[in-house]
Amino acid sequence: MYKYAAIDRQLVNERVAQFRDQVRRWQSGELTTDEFRPLRLQNGLYVQRHAPMLRVAVPYAMMSSVQLRKLAFIARTYDRGYGHFTTRHNIQFNWPRIEDCPDILAHLAEVEMHAIQTSGNCIRNVTTDQFAGVAADEVIDPRPLAEIIRQWSTLHPEFAFLPRKFKIAISGTKEDRAVTWFHDIGLHLKVVDGEVGFTVIVGGGLGRTPIRGQVVREFLPWQHILTYCEAILRVYNRFGRRDNAYKARIKILVQALGVEEFTRLVDAEWAHLVDGPATITQGELDRVTTCFSAPGYDTLPAHDLAFEQCRHTEKAFARWVDRNTHPHKVPGYAAVTLSLKPHGTAPGDITGDQMDAVADLADQYSFGELRISHEQNIILADVRKSDLHALWQEARAIGLATPNIGLLTGIICCPGGDFCDLANAKSIPIANAIQARFDDLDYLFDIGEVDLNISGCMNACGHHHVGHIGVLGVDKNDAEFYQVTLGGRQGNDARLGKVIGPSFSANEMPDVIDKIIKVYLANRHADERFLDTFDRIGIDPFKNRVYEGRAHGKARVSEREAA
Amino acid sequence: MIAQLISNQAGAVDTWKTLEIAKGETPKAVALPAGDIIFPLAVWRARKEEIISTHKRIGLLLQPDDRVEDIAADLDYFIVIAVNFPKFVDGRGYSSASLLRQRYHYQGELRAVGDVLHDQLFYMQRVGFDAYALKGDKNAAYAIGHGFSTFGDAYQTSTSQPQPHFRRHTA
Repeated sequence: MYKYAAIDRQLVNERVAQFRDQVRRWQSGELTTDEFRPLRLQNGLYVQRHAPMLRVAVPYAMMSSVQLRKLAFIARTYDRGYGHFTTRHNIQFNWPRIEDCPDILAHLAEVEMHAIQTSGNCIRNVTTDQFAGVAADEVIDPRPLAEIIRQWSTLHPEFAFLPRKFKIAISGTKEDRAVTWFHDIGLHLKVVDGEVGFTVIVGGGLGRTPIRGQVVREFLPWQHILTYCEAILRVYNRFGRRDNAYKARIKILVQALGVEEFTRLVDAEWAHLVDGPATITQGELDRVTTCFSAPGYDTLPAHDLAFEQCRHTEKAFARWVDRNTHPHKVPGYAAVTLSLKPHGTAPGDITGDQMDAVADLADQYSFGELRISHEQNIILADVRKSDLHALWQEARAIGLATPNIGLLTGIICCPGGDFCDLANAKSIPIANAIQARFDDLDYLFDIGEVDLNISGCMNACGHHHVGHIGVLGVDKNDAEFYQVTLGGRQGNDARLGKVIGPSFSANEMPDVIDKIIKVYLANRHADERFLDTFDRIGIDPFKNRVYEGRAHGKARVSEREAA
Repeated sequence: MIAQLISNQAGAVDTWKTLEIAKGETPKAVALPAGDIIFPLAVWRARKEEIISTHKRIGLLLQPDDRVEDIAADLDYFIVIAVNFPKFVDGRGYSSASLLRQRYHYQGELRAVGDVLHDQLFYMQRVGFDAYALKGDKNAAYAIGHGFSTFGDAYQTSTSQPQPHFRRHTA
């Protein structure tokens, strides 16, 4: 993985000193609270419902065991012994004290980590596919260019006070796993006539106004990605709306101008920048690429006899292999997902002790490296098939082997109203109630692949719009209600779910999900996944079942009054 | 409180006054005071010939939504261009400065005015500002001592460093 050069280390250390000074001046009253807010946000520090929250970047999802042990130390020393992985390659600590944050950042800097631009109206953490570098369907490893974009975007002097936050995602695989259609800039790496470049998508986003991005350039050779991003950001910084935070994302600008006019402005700006000094050199790409060279794989047979045997004799192991292991481009290896979705815990949460244990597993089985996914799980990317059984047993012992990746209970879920100041409703208890209802593994496996995503508010941190089943917490006269969408999806065919109808109270939600699943089970053809059946029969059968016995598909009268 | 002018990373005496258009006045009719005056763009547009004939030293005030392109041909007239930051979180002025320096090669003083605070000085310097009207209640000595040296290097191109780090330090 990427190793800091002198400049990376220098900037991160100087950032710690800068933030320490800012906290000091805020404490002494030299900085007002309003003046301090954007500064602390650009260091990932929110003030939340109960306490501050510190969001630490995990650039393009890569982490070493050394870094994870440091996070465990921080969780134990400065927090309540755990952390939370988000949907954008970050880890959040929910209970630090503001005055401790400079020290926490100094600890992070020791292991080449930081919280720079993990929040605020600036360019956020660049994200990509958690299987980058090992995926069987990979066209180009996105990590070197992701790192080059990370450097360009870090402490960029012109784009630190944008109209709103700005998120970039890169995909280098045939099947998009980085939600690139719903980012401010989405980049698809591809090869055309032997040349590597990007399809550039702009103006996607979830949140209050979910919009699928639009292609502004079919093919941009890789050397030009920084100048082209610079042109996009300059157009956005100058002309994006600043009068209304809900209309300030670049997607609104693209919609207002129309994609043709927006593209014309970007291209006119780019004409001044193209081939300038920010054009990436082959030497720089080579230098960064070296950091991501493949680990020392052994030459192994594609099939491991002992592994296959265990798989046939142990049902529990076979289930885990089915759900939690993924094809690897090197024969004899597999990528493994450690599920942070054991039933009854907060999705994406991990204790300090589990972090230490995972670090040990990474050292023992996966070259000391790990990744985190936007589905809020941990990936050990380079595991020998012959080690899978031993790894499974150890992962089970620390509660991280629930075989529910891609299944109904492997829920993506934001922290919601239990922690977040923005939330309209709690999300974790909804996830846990649904997990409790579908706790039978035979049933869960029979239901098969379903993405269930839960967000506690319109900001959509739980990506509810792109869940096959999406759940959105809404506030109705100070009561928590939940709106359900169906048919959303990520990937190449990414689209937004459709709202099924009026929202439900929290205690109705397990029944609602159960009814939706029952409609699928009653209608599915052999080999049809939930989504396939939904696409074939449409939303009406689901709607009719869920609102059965209610007047015109509306919420029950008693609840309307309560709400 | 009156802003504290920082020029070339030192305290400086401000000889310039900004023409303010009072209620009821218009750019076309407002009286043009003598001396070192920073004119709003609307006044410059309405009275350009008159200002050139009466003032040897001319300043211009740009608001965040004023387009730099519109005055690109006039830049030789200005000794000072002041870019206003009504709120420090409004970052449009950084792009105005970048364009003035990098695209239109403006050589005069480029001054940040308005909600100008310690923690933005470093970025302002990088995009091409060389004068700063620091808010009156802020510690100017501390800002001068620490605000311009926050970071010792940078990855990207900018006005103050036109070459990206990767072209300056090839492995």
